[in-house]
Amino acid sequence: MAEASANSPAVLRGRHDFPEISGRIGSIVLGGRLPRHFWTAFLLCFLLVLLLLYSITYLIAVGVGGLGINMPVVWGTMISNFVWWIGIGHAGTLISAVLLLLRQPWRASINRFAEAMTLFAVAMAGLFPILHLGRPWFFYWLLPLPNVHMHWPQWRSPLVWDFAAIATYATVSLLFWYMGLLPDLAVLRDRARSRPAQLFYGILALGWRGSAYHWARYQVVYFLLAALATPLVVSVHSIVSLDFTFAITPGYHSTIFPPYFVAGALLSGFAMVLTIAIPLRWAFSVKDLITLRHMDNAAKLMIAAGMVVAYGYLSEAFFAWYSGEPYERTMMAQRALGPYAPLFWIMLSLNCGVLQLLWFRRIRRNMPLLFAIAVAINVGMWIERYIIVVTGPSRDYLPSAWGEQSLAWLDFGILFGSIGTFFALVFLFIRILPAITIFEVEELAEEEGKIR
Amino acid sequence: MSAIADRPGSAIDIEALRKRLAHGGEMWRSLDEIAGAADFRRFVEAEFPAIAERLPAKPNRRTLLKLMGASLSLAGLAACSRAENIVPYVRQPEILVPGKPVYYATTLSSDGFGIGAIVESHEGRPTKIEGNPDHPASRGATDAVMQAAVLTLFDPDRSHTPLKDGQPASYGDFLKTMAGLVSRWTASQGQGGALLVEATTSPTLAAQLGALRTRYPRLKLYRHDPLAMPAAMEASRTLFGSALTPVYRFDRAETIVSLDADFLGEGPGRHAYARDFAARRRVRDPSDRMSRLYAVESTPTITGAAADHRLAIKPSDVEAVAAGLNAALTGQTGASGSPADQALMTVLVDDLKAAGRNALVIAGAQQSAFVHAVALAANAKLGALGNTVELTEPPDSLSVDGDLGALREAIGDGAVDTVVALGANPLHTGPANLDMRKAFSGLNLLVHHGLYRDETAFLAHWHVPAAHELESWSDIRAYDGSTSLVQPLITPLYDGKTAHQLLAVLGGGFEADPLSLIRQHWTQLDDDAWRKALRDGVMADSAAKPVSVTVSPDLAGLKPAAKAGSGIDVRFVADPWLRDGRFANASWLQELPRPLTKIVWGNAALVSPATAERLKIGNGEVVNIASNGADVDAPAWIVPGHPDETITLSFGFGRKVGSVAALSQGYDAFHLRRGSEWFAAGAAIAPRGNSVRVITTQHHQAMEGRAIVRHASLDAFRRNPDFVRKNAPPVPTESLYPDWPYDEEAWAMAIDLSACIGCMACVSACQAENNIAPVGPEECERGREMHWLRVDRYYAGPLDAPDTFFQPVPCMHCEKAPCEVVCPVNATVHTHDGLNAQVYNRCIGTRYCSQNCPYKVRRFNFLDHQSFDKDDAGPEQGAHNPNVSIRSRGVMEKCTYCVQRISAKRIQAQIENRDIADGEVVTACQQACPTQAITFGDRNKKDAKVVREKSAPQNYALLEELNTRPRTTYLGKISNPNGKLAKPGEATDG
Repeated sequence: MAEASANSPAVLRGRHDFPEISGRIGSIVLGGRLPRHFWTAFLLCFLLVLLLLYSITYLIAVGVGGLGINMPVVWGTMISNFVWWIGIGHAGTLISAVLLLLRQPWRASINRFAEAMTLFAVAMAGLFPILHLGRPWFFYWLLPLPNVHMHWPQWRSPLVWDFAAIATYATVSLLFWYMGLLPDLAVLRDRARSRPAQLFYGILALGWRGSAYHWARYQVVYFLLAALATPLVVSVHSIVSLDFTFAITPGYHSTIFPPYFVAGALLSGFAMVLTIAIPLRWAFSVKDLITLRHMDNAAKLMIAAGMVVAYGYLSEAFFAWYSGEPYERTMMAQRALGPYAPLFWIMLSLNCGVLQLLWFRRIRRNMPLLFAIAVAINVGMWIERYIIVVTGPSRDYLPSAWGEQSLAWLDFGILFGSIGTFFALVFLFIRILPAITIFEVEELAEEEGKIR
Repeated sequence: MSAIADRPGSAIDIEALRKRLAHGGEMWRSLDEIAGAADFRRFVEAEFPAIAERLPAKPNRRTLLKLMGASLSLAGLAACSRAENIVPYVRQPEILVPGKPVYYATTLSSDGFGIGAIVESHEGRPTKIEGNPDHPASRGATDAVMQAAVLTLFDPDRSHTPLKDGQPASYGDFLKTMAGLVSRWTASQGQGGALLVEATTSPTLAAQLGALRTRYPRLKLYRHDPLAMPAAMEASRTLFGSALTPVYRFDRAETIVSLDADFLGEGPGRHAYARDFAARRRVRDPSDRMSRLYAVESTPTITGAAADHRLAIKPSDVEAVAAGLNAALTGQTGASGSPADQALMTVLVDDLKAAGRNALVIAGAQQSAFVHAVALAANAKLGALGNTVELTEPPDSLSVDGDLGALREAIGDGAVDTVVALGANPLHTGPANLDMRKAFSGLNLLVHHGLYRDETAFLAHWHVPAAHELESWSDIRAYDGSTSLVQPLITPLYDGKTAHQLLAVLGGGFEADPLSLIRQHWTQLDDDAWRKALRDGVMADSAAKPVSVTVSPDLAGLKPAAKAGSGIDVRFVADPWLRDGRFANASWLQELPRPLTKIVWGNAALVSPATAERLKIGNGEVVNIASNGADVDAPAWIVPGHPDETITLSFGFGRKVGSVAALSQGYDAFHLRRGSEWFAAGAAIAPRGNSVRVITTQHHQAMEGRAIVRHASLDAFRRNPDFVRKNAPPVPTESLYPDWPYDEEAWAMAIDLSACIGCMACVSACQAENNIAPVGPEECERGREMHWLRVDRYYAGPLDAPDTFFQPVPCMHCEKAPCEVVCPVNATVHTHDGLNAQVYNRCIGTRYCSQNCPYKVRRFNFLDHQSFDKDDAGPEQGAHNPNVSIRSRGVMEKCTYCVQRISAKRIQAQIENRDIADGEVVTACQQACPTQAITFGDRNKKDAKVVREKSAPQNYALLEELNTRPRTTYLGKISNPNGKLAKPGEATDG
């Protein structure tokens, strides 16, 4: 890191002291005076929450026929939304767990909201497999519960694995996030002036007093959880990809999917981290805590993951041709030239084309541009998932059954509703919990010798 | 009315409402119109609160379809408000065991001719139509229209009550009016009176009409049959001096030449013809022989698709081809001018001569008298008359005073002032140039008898609801003259009267009983013979006897009638299911894809690719077709193999009477028709510039080079019986999953693609048997139709003269089913007898099974298509098969190999302590198939028919390279083109 820091911005700018750090971060929560545009933005997100609630009610009352799905393309946006959201969650786990184990100090100021982002993204993702069902009220039949049918789920189905993988991921992410929050919750409890706030944070802090015992236990548990969460970065999206690869549908049946999906998840995850961090550091004037260094690193990880994704595209196309299978070849040709071709080319130009701009340092450190690129990658990655889901079945084995699905208002209502809900949760999180880890930034300041 | 008394605030003026509903001849189209009115809603709320709750403020189309309209006219509501107590049987009828269906033989009419049927009845409720194997016109087969008979029976839109000037009235009042008419006619010998009948073959009806004309000598009789094809009679009258009709014997025919005849798809003998035709072409071994079919046609038909050589020409050119054929056969020169490919003509004539008395030339029923004469002369010349063609007295002969045109004239002259129309609806089906509305408006009395309150019913002074075929006593004759009885399966639901009753009323028999009217006609049958006729469904040896004739070689002076037209020829056809529009309110028929175009819920103007290119029009683009001073707008639809410079327009659509019919789209081709013509030359087509949706269930027509329908010529098959393996991908033999053990049966199916003519009877039968929900045009447009069985249609070869292939695709019931392993909740499982079963109760709708089904045969309930709520039930639910559960929203469904039929037979076999015999279990599709293309049985039985079929050399499995190991396999299509004509006839499509 030594020579890297010579020409790259510092992880922490300026000189600080502990009360200053905890006070600044804590005041976002405890001060309660948030900028007006914060609430304006929250209101917009809240309207989208209402849209989501309306859409879900409609979906359950009328049926999945309200979506654009049809025969032969019976999977649609519910699946692509699911994969997209799960992917977004990945960057959080990577930052918090993997970078922790690798002792990357720059993670300190961004890990908290990245973890929160993971949690909210998984919460959003978790909705979709249920909303996807024809009879969503029976989703629990996927669980191995003793039930009226007297039989277990079928373990050969990747959907059962999927269910287990997501449940595990959600549980571990929640625990990990909460564990990391404990010392900060205690700080908030101590700094809180009002009785309700003291009670609220006090209960959540579980009696944390910051004794050496507490810290020793904390370290063990936190690192253990990090070690548990690390394989999940790879496994969850690999299992999600098995939903596709297990099927014999052309365009689904490919061994490249697990690594390609994981890389895609990281790409979209870091894009989402940037999408949140850039406005956050601007709005709350924490540019000295979340520095250009963080942005730069995230952008570098994006281009690394993005190149793996591009390799995935390439190998998918290559193996479709190399397999000699007429079905795979036709599907691939139809993906590029058929009815979904415009989407396909938009996806390529965003995920592979726009991404290349990140090779330039000036672009990586130009925040408005980086934000635009991150949003473009998010859009591109959603389109990628949609294309994977729909092009295969729309051009499979019997040409007589070929057909395309459409997109109904409900598809968009649920997608944008979920995006709005996600951001609404992020806003609530910023308002209620410290979005930057207080104690880790203090630790960082100490280690970097930036204490006044 | 008590409900209204309870709620004085909601008291309404029923009189005014009645008036509003009955104004003029104008009709309300559907619930949209009638229920939209606030005062109507109020009336319903007061009178029928349960219905009012379900009456949407703004009716949505899906609800409408679900209720099948539940046509809520005041009259209808009044009719069902009669309360009845239902008590269990005190003494149960001997033959009726609850849960056990009873089967009755009866006869259904197809354009006036009888086709024998066996009707399954559950506790007095007819639910399923099967063909009567003993009836010559059915031979066990059915078609889509017959299948829909149970649906039209329970159609809530049917006319419920007599109407006087459009208002509900009592039958007693009607009889009072009729008594006046009878006394007037008795005095005047029927002066000014006219009867308007449809095509009919009923001997009783003919006798009644005769009796009436004796009673009233001045009474006129007119026949209006919009689908009448009078040219054959005209030719026979000119040639032989008497009307004779041909009956073809395809089982004897070696070489068949069709001059624009769609003998497989149209005509009262089509099932028998298809059966014989396919049987003559059944090849299982290189030494087997098959007949050869040359088809010259002016619009694409399933007969052309089945032909070994097909020539598509303009309708006006068919006479020239016929003239060429006549010249070639009689050795005349000067056969030029025929547009037919000379090479084809030469081999065709050679083939005909070689076949000699086993040759068969068929003239299209719609074609001119000249073409019929040529066909008769050719058959006579070849010696085929009496062998492959027999001439008989036509079963539908009825001496009438003319057709609708004559009636119009008589009304215009003032010779007729009273018309009794039996069944006919000339206001819709009459030629546009006659303006029957104006003519009928001037009548003193117009009486209409029909199933629906149609255009004529609303104009009529009196409308009397007709009894449905399944509610009627009658008699009817088949294409070959065989007579059979029509017996009711149920008492009339809406107090409908049969045509016989109405004629009896006109003869003064006001109290005539529908049964005794028929029984009286058949007094020569004693009670035993009568019962036997009822039980057998046909009277033994009642077929018409062939007449022997000689044909004069000069064709008695008949000459080609049509002038070689400039401009575009219009070819009219009847919609294969809706016919002239009379079945437009049957949702099964609306939603059944047309065999070649796969269009549902509407019709289109069919044109050839070259003509479309010249006119620069694409699918769905609206064109204006002008002919004879009339014009109609229709969406164009490009059909490969359609003759150039010709446009095919179909009847049956464009009519909005009835809530289901109101959902469909399409144009009314009757607007363009003059007289009873089937062709019009010199039409002009002008693109309108806009597009409308045309809904089709198949969007891709080519096989993309995949070995889907494997086919070969007979010669190629003889050289290489294993042609289905040639160029086909290798079949894997290993699997990760262990094989299933089968201790009992292992059901399997074989489908002979050589026999399949694409008639869609199987799809319709499947829908009727398995309670498959129609979903409506919007859902079909999205690709959400529910048919468990579909018939794929592929084209191969040149665009202008393609080969057409049909492939029925039910569930393959794979041995290594891709759907089974991906279902997370075990909703699709393998049964002990090899079925791939779908457990609706377990299904949560992940739809993974469908994603993983390479055949895409699974169907998903995207929306709630069938109601579970008993309060929501409409009368159409009476048509449901009680042995098949209704599926809810959100579950997957698919072909079950008719598991309910398998179970019934297994139970029976277990009671009798024996194995299930081969051929005992018959699936609905198999039973309906006119060509017996489908074989079903136990694969574990060595001598089972299905095992024999599967051991044929051309047996192959669809997509077998995927290692799914389907239990449904196909027998590759073998055609028999003449080797002298260079034609690709090899192996798989490439």
